[in-house]
Amino acid sequence: MAKPTTDKTIDRAADKSRNAAAVTEPEYPLTTMAVVAPLVGWLIPGGGHILLKRYGRGILLLVSVVAMFLIGLGMQGRIYKPNGGDILDILGFVGDVGSGAFYLLARIMDWGNVMAANAAADYGKTFLIVAGLLNFIAAADAHHIALGKKP
Amino acid sequence: MTINLSHFSAAVVFALFASVVFGITQKNSTIEQVKYGLQCFAMFVGGVFLAGWVMALIRR
Repeated sequence: MAKPTTDKTIDRAADKSRNAAAVTEPEYPLTTMAVVAPLVGWLIPGGGHILLKRYGRGILLLVSVVAMFLIGLGMQGRIYKPNGGDILDILGFVGDVGSGAFYLLARIMDWGNVMAANAAADYGKTFLIVAGLLNFIAAADAHHIALGKKP
Repeated sequence: MTINLSHFSAAVVFALFASVVFGITQKNSTIEQVKYGLQCFAMFVGGVFLAGWVMALIRR
């Protein structure tokens, strides 16, 4: 037998839907800047933030990512090329690509094309990969700022 | 140009730059960013010391 619907149950249901609406996040429409800023940020580390007029943050990101990249190269770190072999090599390439224009420049200039087998070169390789990964995070941050999710 | 860094100095340089990026990207206000960056740096360097001691004790 179906339960009779009272005014109380209707009120409770209305309250529930109102609370659900209050809990859901506000919508952030995708703007042109929300697409351009992360792309610029990927190509030039910190560029997305500078484009969004967050100059201080942008310069700090630029200095951090570029310094890590250059230190990695200075330590004879290896730059990964596109490959379809070992999973670690593929991931190394993905990390390196994160440095954007610096990765492209390194490939054009043939930097990091070394096979040095010492500890420093291994640290250098890690510096190069992490510089790229940090730049991916910075680009995602630029996207959030452009959307208005972050001040 | 070749840069020669010891394991420890490489770890500290790594911690410095990674902490700057983490601070900027993970928090909203400037104060929060500075605090989080410092916290990350301390955790990185603290982790280096801890790992160093663990390895030294294992080696004995």
